Amino acid sequence: MKKISFGILLGLIICISACKKLLPSAPKDEAVLAGTIPGLSPEQEKEHLIGDANFARIFTKEDGLGPIFIQNSCSGCHVANGKGHPSTELTRYANVNGSVIDYLLNKGGPQLQHRAVPGYLPENLPNEANVFSKRLAPAVMGLGYIAALDDQSILNNADPNDLNSDGISGRVNYVSPTSFFSPQAIHIPNNGYYIGRFGKKAEKVTIQDQVVFALKQDIGITSDFDTQDLYNYQLGVNTGNNVTDPEVSSGFVYGLVFYMRTLKAPSRRNADNTDVLAGEKLFTQIGCASCHIPTFTTAESDISALSNKTFHPYSDFLLHDMGPLLDDNYPEGSANGFEWRTPPLWGIGLAKDSQGGQMFLLHDGRATTFEQVISFHGGEAASRRTSFNALSQTEKDQIIKFLESL
Amino acid sequence: MKKILPVILFLLSLPFVSQTDSSFIKRTQADTSKLKMNMDAVYNRPFLTMGKFPVAIGGYVETNSSYFGTDGVTEGLSFQIPRLTLFISSSIKKRIKFLTEIEFEEGGKEIGIEFASMDIELHPLLNLRGGVIMNPIGAFNQNHDGPKWEFIDRPFSATTIIPSTWSNVGFGLFGKYAKNNFVWAYEAYLTNGFDDKIISNTQGRTWLPASKQNPERFEESFNGVPLVTTKTAIRHRKVGEIGISWMGGVYNKFQEEGITIDKQRRIDLYAIDLNSTISKTRTYINGEWVVAMVDVPKTYSQSYGNKLQGGFLDIVQPVLRRKILGWENSTLNIAFRTEYVDYNVGTFNETNSKIYDHIFAIVPGISFRPSQQTVIRFNYRYHWQTDLLGNPASRTAGIQFGFSTYF
Repeated sequence: MKKISFGILLGLIICISACKKLLPSAPKDEAVLAGTIPGLSPEQEKEHLIGDANFARIFTKEDGLGPIFIQNSCSGCHVANGKGHPSTELTRYANVNGSVIDYLLNKGGPQLQHRAVPGYLPENLPNEANVFSKRLAPAVMGLGYIAALDDQSILNNADPNDLNSDGISGRVNYVSPTSFFSPQAIHIPNNGYYIGRFGKKAEKVTIQDQVVFALKQDIGITSDFDTQDLYNYQLGVNTGNNVTDPEVSSGFVYGLVFYMRTLKAPSRRNADNTDVLAGEKLFTQIGCASCHIPTFTTAESDISALSNKTFHPYSDFLLHDMGPLLDDNYPEGSANGFEWRTPPLWGIGLAKDSQGGQMFLLHDGRATTFEQVISFHGGEAASRRTSFNALSQTEKDQIIKFLESL
Repeated sequence: MKKILPVILFLLSLPFVSQTDSSFIKRTQADTSKLKMNMDAVYNRPFLTMGKFPVAIGGYVETNSSYFGTDGVTEGLSFQIPRLTLFISSSIKKRIKFLTEIEFEEGGKEIGIEFASMDIELHPLLNLRGGVIMNPIGAFNQNHDGPKWEFIDRPFSATTIIPSTWSNVGFGLFGKYAKNNFVWAYEAYLTNGFDDKIISNTQGRTWLPASKQNPERFEESFNGVPLVTTKTAIRHRKVGEIGISWMGGVYNKFQEEGITIDKQRRIDLYAIDLNSTISKTRTYINGEWVVAMVDVPKTYSQSYGNKLQGGFLDIVQPVLRRKILGWENSTLNIAFRTEYVDYNVGTFNETNSKIYDHIFAIVPGISFRPSQQTVIRFNYRYHWQTDLLGNPASRTAGIQFGFSTYF
């Protein structure tokens, strides 16, 4: 009796003391894209969590989902904050006739919502559409640093006329601001237009622009900033959604924006590895770093943890002619079909961990290896592709290892 | 709630009355003389009877503590009372009886009638049952009392594919036929059923428990088409029991004001359950597997699966049966559960690659039974949850301690 009692007591003590050791450990910080930027206050961390919940919120038709949509939550496309998967690929369309671009807004444009709530028909491409662009969702980490960059830092690298004769002629995308855009000290206007820095063609000036656009065009959710619902024009205007607008408040939108502003930048892995270091050197030597610029420094920010911080996005946030293989014929802002914003490479090494174990790269996921991505580089980047192809296999592998370390 | 409170207080006071007059109130043990099957679980419980009063009452409670963590983040230690359940049964007349089971979940956050049926026996092979019934799909849904299990958490497949306890208003038939060491049984019911919340919910996946949130299912059918549930099972005294069951119906509203607004979309669940005790070692084995087929619109999100499947296998090994800590005939068991649930069986249209969204879990445990009606349980649970795309699994583990007892 006493032995059994003692045994039970001892067992319980061992179990309680071993509690923490029996729980799964946290994955290494550099292995995940979740987490906050360093230096946030507890209050800001709490705001981040609120935004995180908004980001993960799954909308139903009772919440206003759709009635036509692409995905029912932010995290449904930006899984684990990473790059999207072909199953959530979206299509933008327009009618382009010479220099006249019609985004077919009165036909359901500019984006196709190919899914619908039960009992409602999804949108079909209108007959008038003659250009289409398929897009995968981008990764969302580190956006706060990009948002805190001043326009001058972007302009400093612009060279639209290739005055330095390096073959690279990046230019900014001046876009018309949204009705709710409020210029900050970092913005430099140009005849009422502002420099876009977000989106695959740098067509969005702020994170909030992108959030409001995606809430509506991807999920079919109206907000204080855009109260007009999506609907299937082929069924009739204003059909299929009886939910009171706006379906989310400005506070909800701000929560999402704050979440993305305070998501950490991806951490490097194996940055000191010999091959990685050699690859990094080659990356610069063959001119990749002309567009994929490694380092920037932020300006003053209302979030002090983002003020005057050096970060490493591997992008210049400028538009470049990428040649005919990547030409989608779809203009956005002042960007032509063959022009794309240099995508930040940070976090690219973790792409497969948000895409189901396989990489789907480029704007539409057509490339599944880094070599394929490079082979699609044309236009201004053709010389860099040629330089890469001229490397030995060992050198190519070193560049790949460097990319995997980002 | 205010109306039901005096009744609850009265019922809860009865065990204390029994302490003062043990000859007035008697505890009737579960009848183990006959071959009992999973379908008998609802009556095969201990009850308190009071003299010649035609009503017997009983119930059980479950309470536990848990310390869980996911990927290095823990919410700390917490305590739960997942459910307190009261049974009331009455033999109205010979071969006519009534039983109800009222459950209070999570300290009264949810109060539900899980069972409230009148049974009329016309023949052992032909009984009529009507009221709130537990749909006989799988075994766990009918045989779910906490004190019967060595594991604190209910199996995923039995709570998230079969949304146990899944009960609905309806009517049906059941019967049994016994010969020598065999007993064969059947059940067949028509009830109200699911609704379109199963594919329109905040889980972002086909989620059958979402229909339980609709209180109107006890008042009217969502679409006028009954849910059909049938089960047949056979038991051998020395070998064990095996059951197969099917539950199917239409889950969406396809007609309104006489206008057809959608096609009829079906949901069908197929389950197999088995249990056996190896007489030589007294090892108890119990398992269940369920497959659910759901007609999800092709133009809806692929995160809502049109096929779900999952199951569990429990092995319980008594290691000590004797007087322990002063309790005669106590039992100390070691137990092990393995379970798996896949909420979306299939492939992505765009890539033809596998859709994941699954959970695999193992649950080793120790249980101590001072009597067959009471179990003190200690479980360690570890599960791996993989998202839709098959990214690196999220890992959750924890320790649970608790007890469950009939009273």
